[in-house]
Amino acid sequence: MNYTLSLCFALVACGSVLLAAMLTPCWQQKSNIQRAVLSLLLGMAGLFACAAGLTGLASGGGSMVLPLGLPWLPMHLRLDALGSFFMLVIGSLVLPVAVYSQGYLRHEKRLTPLAVFLPLFVLGMMGVVLSDDAFAFMLFWELMSVSSYFLVTHEHQHPENRKAGFIYLLMAHMAGLLIMGSFAVLYTASGSFEFSAMRDAELSPLWASAAFLLAGFGFGIKAGVVPMHGWLPDAHPVAPSNVSALMSGIMLKVAVFGFIRVTWGLMGSGDFQWWWGALVLAAGSSSAVTGVLMALQQHDLKRLLAYHSIENIGIILIGLGLGMLLAQAGHPMLAALGLIAALYHTINHALFKGLLFMGAGAVLHSTGSRNMEAMGGLIHRMPWTAALFLIACISISALPPFNGFVSEWLTFQTALMAPQLNGTLLTVIVPFSAAMLALAGALAATCFVKVFGVVFLGHARSDIAENAKEVDGWMKLGMAIPALLCLLLGVLPALFIPVLDQVPQALLHTSLFTDTASQNWLWLTPVDAEHASYSAPIALLGMLILGGLAFWWLHPKGAILRRSKMWSCGNPHTHARMQYNATGFSQPLRRIFAGMYQPDEHGHAERHQHKLLTTRVKYVVHVGDMVVKHLYQPVGQVTLWIAKAIRREHQRDIHAYLAYTFATVLLLLALFT
Amino acid sequence: MSSIFFQFLQALLMLLLAPLAAGFISTVKARLQNRHGAGVLQPWRDIRKLFSKEVVLADHASWIFRFAPYVVFTATVIAASVVPALLPDTPLSLTADVIALVALLALARFFLSLAGMDIGTAFGGMGASREMTFSALAEPAMLMSVFVLSLGAHSTNLTTMIHHVLSTPLLIQPSIAFALVAMLMIAVAETGRIPVDNPTTHLELTMIHEAMLLEYSGRHLALMEWASMVKILLFATLIIDLFVPWGLSLDANAAGICLALTLWLLKLSILFVVLAVLETGLAKLRLFEVPQYLGTAFVLSFLGLMIHYMLEVQL
Repeated sequence: MNYTLSLCFALVACGSVLLAAMLTPCWQQKSNIQRAVLSLLLGMAGLFACAAGLTGLASGGGSMVLPLGLPWLPMHLRLDALGSFFMLVIGSLVLPVAVYSQGYLRHEKRLTPLAVFLPLFVLGMMGVVLSDDAFAFMLFWELMSVSSYFLVTHEHQHPENRKAGFIYLLMAHMAGLLIMGSFAVLYTASGSFEFSAMRDAELSPLWASAAFLLAGFGFGIKAGVVPMHGWLPDAHPVAPSNVSALMSGIMLKVAVFGFIRVTWGLMGSGDFQWWWGALVLAAGSSSAVTGVLMALQQHDLKRLLAYHSIENIGIILIGLGLGMLLAQAGHPMLAALGLIAALYHTINHALFKGLLFMGAGAVLHSTGSRNMEAMGGLIHRMPWTAALFLIACISISALPPFNGFVSEWLTFQTALMAPQLNGTLLTVIVPFSAAMLALAGALAATCFVKVFGVVFLGHARSDIAENAKEVDGWMKLGMAIPALLCLLLGVLPALFIPVLDQVPQALLHTSLFTDTASQNWLWLTPVDAEHASYSAPIALLGMLILGGLAFWWLHPKGAILRRSKMWSCGNPHTHARMQYNATGFSQPLRRIFAGMYQPDEHGHAERHQHKLLTTRVKYVVHVGDMVVKHLYQPVGQVTLWIAKAIRREHQRDIHAYLAYTFATVLLLLALFT
Repeated sequence: MSSIFFQFLQALLMLLLAPLAAGFISTVKARLQNRHGAGVLQPWRDIRKLFSKEVVLADHASWIFRFAPYVVFTATVIAASVVPALLPDTPLSLTADVIALVALLALARFFLSLAGMDIGTAFGGMGASREMTFSALAEPAMLMSVFVLSLGAHSTNLTTMIHHVLSTPLLIQPSIAFALVAMLMIAVAETGRIPVDNPTTHLELTMIHEAMLLEYSGRHLALMEWASMVKILLFATLIIDLFVPWGLSLDANAAGICLALTLWLLKLSILFVVLAVLETGLAKLRLFEVPQYLGTAFVLSFLGLMIHYMLEVQL
């Protein structure tokens, strides 16, 4: 047992969310106090989780045993480098979301369920990261899944929310079952549920592959990896926006954490087989491209952002897959680079996706709608939200000098530096994944030009957008924190990566920096400056100086800008509906990728008076998710068909049920004695 | 010290020569079409005139619209100053490698497209939608074709890549040939030239780049136009650097720089004459044939990558 400062911080963080879940129901009638207590305790939890993560990475973590749980299995908690990093990820988003919630939940009618399940949800995520035995891991994992189910169905008066919640719960439990299967394999090898025993256990290649596949599919479902992602775009948008921020920003990352914990931590890079990395890489590439292509066709703002989470999980998996391939091929240094690229993207995505969902929540809060086609011109009425949202848009589009670019750059470097690996398949798949990463990045930029352009720029397309109001100070502050962090992580990556370097040191026993003297804060140079270098501070400084000079030189002092009507080709009647909208913006891509989208398009022109005089045009397009159509629905139908076939067995009397129980016990005894 | 001086000289040359390059292309084109043309200096005169003109903003323009020209201009110029024109080893060339260079250009494009959508005209949105769509297809192809070269050089730094090309014996490598063709196709598309986009059109339903600039005037328009001229020069220099870098001065002495400058100008003019001939001979593609064109470029560069892995890597 080893109490350290970092572990104490982590326990305080867990304690404050637990306290929040228990205390808040006391003020059911006084929602102001309830909200303040919730925000305060959540914020404290976030702050302490950040502190735990930073101290854990800087000075090492610790472990302890809590006398809870099963009689023969007390709860083992441990904060190692990987756990510390994910504590930092959780904390860095929980803190701003807590601040944001203080403003966002002001007019919430039914606050109590949120005030109970939101802290429990955060507790579940922190517990998963901290747990050091399979039992505690599953306990916290289920706490996270179940409490987030109640958050998804918070507005259960809408039937589609109930349906989304049901599918979410179903998929979460399938994921839980598969993960449990993976732990069962590791248990048989080690004879113990404790992770420390699992780490030391020897696995035969076959069983290792079984554990990898079970963990991969289990955590993959939860992380929304294509083709298991069908639940995600339904579940994330319907939750309240602060919850969506947490779900997309960190719950998916907890699934990534679980995957790294089981494959890299419990099994270790010695067990990797060549096709594991290839499979992860393929899953990552397909998630990245499918996610962004589907996102481009959405016009529900939060649903669009949910699809982008799939894309970003794909980018993280590309880094992880490259790392696994390289670790297996005996290049621990490059594997460390791949792992760091993946982890860097993990925290980046937590920050900018959290910010994007909070921004979407601000728009939803002041317009009451998630439909992008009804927005427009919000930059004039919500200037702060617009500016902060723009920062997130630039970050997620992987543009310098913000953080998204740094992690994609690191991923590219890993792919490019991968030496020739054995086998033709691997030779093809590594550059192909780099190409898919490039495509996903460029399409993401397209998508966020669409989002920002349609929602915030141009003219208001409806009254709700015309009458929108800027949100309050709490919400602005809540969005400003991740925006600032996005810039800092983008400009000063060379300061943050040495901190991150603890994780590959623990998992791979290699450090990215053999020669620490060549490192300074100005240059990001994985491996060495001959290979690749990027200096965000210099690029940013250069742009600021040059832009400033150009502005100072060109801008006439004291002159008032002349404003005039926009040019409308001589047509005096302009209308907000004449602008490009979200559907119009993505029309070229719908046509280019028609084979993949299979859009359901209907056009109709009404010509009442004359065959040349069109009075009314109607265009309806629906782009469904192919995976839902071709995988989820058939599976659902088969399940229903089986249920129908054995329906009669459910209606037997008590004797039959006793007979079933008896037969099961006999079967189990026969199998396990 | 002198390398810092030459760095600034190089960046300044890129900036000042860009309008001349644009004038050169249009003059050659005019001659090929039996016209006189306005002369090489015309783009310079245009820019000077625009700088002294008043800006007229649309009623609805937000700060994005006023901010965008400066972002577009500075991002493009920073990207251009990273590309070695005379001397491969400059202090700034380590600031951004090829991937960062592509990303800086993407940043410029991002703001250009946002500016296009800011006023809320149909043309602006149309231009933004098309520009972003086509560049989303062009960007992976461009990165792939650069990666063919950086795999050989084991680096994405332009300086190291140039040194690698200079130090390898002159062999015809099939992968490089594929990469070159792909790169030329992408450069035409990225700079908005025929057959992908027509830079001389201002009101056409197929326009891409110009559609986003329709509302700009005065100094804002000048900055936007200048940035797009710098971009052409940047792409031409990048192609020279990656495929025919011979002549770049390895150390910063006056004689070497003079030779490098002469050869750079010579290579540029050959490239621009080829571009002018192509623009005169070709018609613009239909809009929905552009993805096929870009797809071809992508397939070519990917084939180059495969050929590099299969044939050229020494085991």
